[in-house]
Amino acid sequence: MITTNEILETIDMISQQHLDIRTVTMGISLRDCGHPDLKTCCGKIYDKITRCAERLVQTGEDIEREFGIPIVNKRVSVTPVAIACESCETEDFVPFAVTLDRAAEAVGVNFIGGFSALVQKGFTTGDRRLIDAIPEALAATKRVCSSVNVGSTRAGINMDAVALMGRVVKRTAELTKGQGCAKLVVFCNAVEDNPFMAGAFHGVGEPECVINVGVSGPGVVHHALQKCKGEPFHVVAETVKKTAFRVTRMGELVAQEASRRLGVPFGIVDLSLAPTPAVGDSVADILEEMGLESVGAPGTTAALALLNDAVKKGGVMASSNVGGLSGAFIPVSEDAGMIRAAAAGRLTIEKLEAMTCVCSVGLDMIALPGDTTAETVSAIIADEAAIGMINQKTTAVRVIPVPGLAVGDTVDFGGLLGSAPVMAVNPASAKLFIERGGRIPAPINSLKN
Amino acid sequence: MKAIVTVIGKDTVGIIAHVCAVLAENGVNVLDISQTVMREYFTMIMLVDTAGCKVDFAALADILRRNGQARGLDVRIQREDIFEAMHRI
Repeated sequence: MITTNEILETIDMISQQHLDIRTVTMGISLRDCGHPDLKTCCGKIYDKITRCAERLVQTGEDIEREFGIPIVNKRVSVTPVAIACESCETEDFVPFAVTLDRAAEAVGVNFIGGFSALVQKGFTTGDRRLIDAIPEALAATKRVCSSVNVGSTRAGINMDAVALMGRVVKRTAELTKGQGCAKLVVFCNAVEDNPFMAGAFHGVGEPECVINVGVSGPGVVHHALQKCKGEPFHVVAETVKKTAFRVTRMGELVAQEASRRLGVPFGIVDLSLAPTPAVGDSVADILEEMGLESVGAPGTTAALALLNDAVKKGGVMASSNVGGLSGAFIPVSEDAGMIRAAAAGRLTIEKLEAMTCVCSVGLDMIALPGDTTAETVSAIIADEAAIGMINQKTTAVRVIPVPGLAVGDTVDFGGLLGSAPVMAVNPASAKLFIERGGRIPAPINSLKN
Repeated sequence: MKAIVTVIGKDTVGIIAHVCAVLAENGVNVLDISQTVMREYFTMIMLVDTAGCKVDFAALADILRRNGQARGLDVRIQREDIFEAMHRI
């Protein structure tokens, strides 16, 4: 039998250290929902989502009660709408977002991802229509999340898309007072089975319907590291590995159970350390526990590299299928420690950019001054995409140029999205760079230095 | 189905009797009990079998939680699988 200490340890993790399943996300293919007529197409989408995800929330809640482990979010991701709805004879893609929003509300999920386009090498007509619709779509809906993939290691970076997305981010901010930008991600090397919002979509290589689970647990890792103060790094790495193993095993168990009850294949467990604004649920706290006075201090990138790698090493043994983004997230507004460091001027965008070289995912939930130009947003996207392209990893940009706010102000997104201090951006212009357009060619994969 | 009941709270007379009575009323069989007092806190772990339980699992969890609360105790019931998964390879 399991020992008393092990049982109490698990209960302590759940009740004191914020251990939870961050999301159970059902991926649904919309590839059979295309139709030339807009109304028919929207009807097919609504029917399919509400049919497949009808029991998702109820099942999640049942599992939550039986295992005594909180499942914070139940969500749905769908085939990128630019692909699924391309055959529809309409120039306006906003009605598709409204349909997704209605379907999400009907099944009781808080976010639905997949108002997306993959344009790393170029645009189709549907891609253009979708991207043009993003600002209005995010203004007209509550639950819809949007993402656009602008680059990949195999294709290079589509700089026309980068330029366009800078303008889309700015326009979205104007229409939604910044809030809509929290639901808009620009990717390089986007993954097709990511369960985490706002970047989730159901890739074209995925099955008809699938269950993906995202685990979390920065608080648990932080707590475990408190017990090895002053120990050398191999002890730190070993402690993180063991903790990640336990957290992931729980995710695997929940994923298998949800898959069985819903009669839907199990896809992957995404073993990410996803912070929340709650005290004690912070990735920054883990880095500071390793001996940094503040996240952002010299040494932060090395600490994060160790953390990210040890989480993966512990997690891969615990699950039969690991996928998604899998790594440590560093969203500024969603992490109390990051907010603290950013507000104190100890964490800058440049340091965050360096950190994204060694962790998943990218410049995430960062509030920028309202007067940041579209070209500067595009240039930030280009830098981040370049890191992803060269390092063969996923990178993303989710920045919020908040209209009317300047450095030192704070913007509140509410709930899990938290609040963020507006961070300073280098004022030098990249206008002529972004105006060039075209493509940055795919990188060479040998001669690595 | 096997489940673990954990009872944590300030030590008072009759906690075990009380929790066992609630379990018996609902047709839950107790297979194993371990109990200790740590730092003034009463801590009891029970392995139970819910195969003959008269109510569904969620309702049982709710009954235990509410009964515990009335006595200042934190009472949880969770399927055994979660502990197995986390602590055994």
